[in-house]
Amino acid sequence: MNPVIRTTTIVSSQRFGAYRELTIEAREIAESARPGQFLNICVQPGGAHLLRRPFSIARADRSAGTVSVVFDPVGLGTQWLGARAGGDSLDLVGPLGHGFDVTSDPGVDLLVGGGYGTAALSFLAAELEARGGEVHAIIGARSRSRLYENEVLNETCASIAVMTDDGSAGMQGLVTDPMPEMIKRFSPRVVYACGPMPMLRATAAVAAENSVPSQLAVEEFMACGIGVCWTCVLPVRANGSLKHLRSCTEGPVFEGEAIAWA
Amino acid sequence: MGVDLSVSLGGARLANPVVTASGCFGSGKEMSRFVDLHSLGAIVCKTVTPEPRLGISPPRGAETASGMLNAIGLQNPGVQAFRDNDLAWLAEQGVPAIASVGGHSVADYVQCIEALRGAPGLIAIEMNLSCPNLEDRGFMFALSAERTAEVTAAARAASDVPVFCKLSPDVTDLVAIAEAAVGAGADGLSLINTTLGMAIDPRTFRAKLSTGTGGLSGPAIKPIAVRCVWQVHRALGHIPIIGMGGIATVDDAIEMILAGATAVAIGTANFYEPAASEQIARGLADFCESRGITSLDEIRGQVKEEG
Repeated sequence: MNPVIRTTTIVSSQRFGAYRELTIEAREIAESARPGQFLNICVQPGGAHLLRRPFSIARADRSAGTVSVVFDPVGLGTQWLGARAGGDSLDLVGPLGHGFDVTSDPGVDLLVGGGYGTAALSFLAAELEARGGEVHAIIGARSRSRLYENEVLNETCASIAVMTDDGSAGMQGLVTDPMPEMIKRFSPRVVYACGPMPMLRATAAVAAENSVPSQLAVEEFMACGIGVCWTCVLPVRANGSLKHLRSCTEGPVFEGEAIAWA
Repeated sequence: MGVDLSVSLGGARLANPVVTASGCFGSGKEMSRFVDLHSLGAIVCKTVTPEPRLGISPPRGAETASGMLNAIGLQNPGVQAFRDNDLAWLAEQGVPAIASVGGHSVADYVQCIEALRGAPGLIAIEMNLSCPNLEDRGFMFALSAERTAEVTAAARAASDVPVFCKLSPDVTDLVAIAEAAVGAGADGLSLINTTLGMAIDPRTFRAKLSTGTGGLSGPAIKPIAVRCVWQVHRALGHIPIIGMGGIATVDDAIEMILAGATAVAIGTANFYEPAASEQIARGLADFCESRGITSLDEIRGQVKEEG
């Protein structure tokens, strides 16, 4: 589906540890959204911060006609968004980008999520499980309050390994620590990852060392989110040459092995 | 009452004065998901160079108050691929195109223009003169009246369509450079390109752009753009100007026309309001109708300067 520009209504705003989850009325987006796609949301309308902010879609409830986003209210835009409540209106563009490539036949896959990046993977987990797949997950964060977990993930994943930097939840360590063991045990077809860039880079490296292809949903500064400003590019190797591909239209999901990390 | 919004840009006839600013609309394909391209006067495409360019490494953009900084480094597929794919697509849609050309030498500009000769649907060339001139210690062409005249004369001789020179506001005497361009044969002027800016992250101490500096755009620069258009229109009233720099609303477009612009280009607004260009094109007609204006000629340059 072509993306749409909509002024819509927030259904609810919930706190998840350090994060906020907004559920938004957007029936046509909920019906067509794919895991890995994003919404570009206007923050502080009428203010001096003009650019929209991109947010991965964390859920798409087709029967309720709603979509959700999860974010860390740290910047001006996300703090404004975090202060919205049910009933407030919101101006958004979406769904944007091409999401994760998911094969239709069921199989075993591994999800690796860092911080609120795990939210986008819960949408993917539900999709993979609905196709009869077996999904395993490693989720991590700096500490317990920054760990994102939801019932979708808990219900759809055959196993979830939890890692925190400070050991306040799960095991102490990085999400990449249990990866080799889990890859050996479950033989996943693909490692799907979403989280901060250093984590994605490390995850892609471990997947490659263990001969598993990876798909990474990246987070880059985007002025437009719709393919025309060329600010959000990522260096990617294609047919032996380096290209700058747009995260918004040619991503935000890229094959881990193709990215030419700086 | 019928409103005639059509304008002439150095011989190129546009159905209405709203066009897109180069580098802010691609070649229209992505934006056609949000905008009826036929509602616009023309699409001004992203700058092309003779050969494909990779552009600079990210980070390439940063938000600033009421605007943004960018430094892309002219990433583009090269003039030939642009003609074969982008211009051909626009011609198929029946949408008039203005090609923006750039380069690091006079020969680069000429090469682009020659490669575009006879392209269907191409109604004008816009010279992006904010490119570093490697034959002049890397200074932008638009910083010097002599270099501007030199490259404009070569472009005018090579082109089979009107040539517009896009000038930088970062000069001491813009009128002198505008006069040099017109004296060398420019059919019109595009005012203004971004103004050079910089932003630094106070936490990491890093410049927010990989190049350090970049072009500032958006409503933050609109008063500079209005001033530039007004100054140049006062000096060169017979020369058509495409006014741009922070135009985001119908009122902004009217302001630019009152300063002397013949057409207006929508740039950064496309990024945060994807339908902005069409909304402004349609809103302009409503504005004229509500004010009893039958042609924009009635208000062009009609700013009242005293009190």
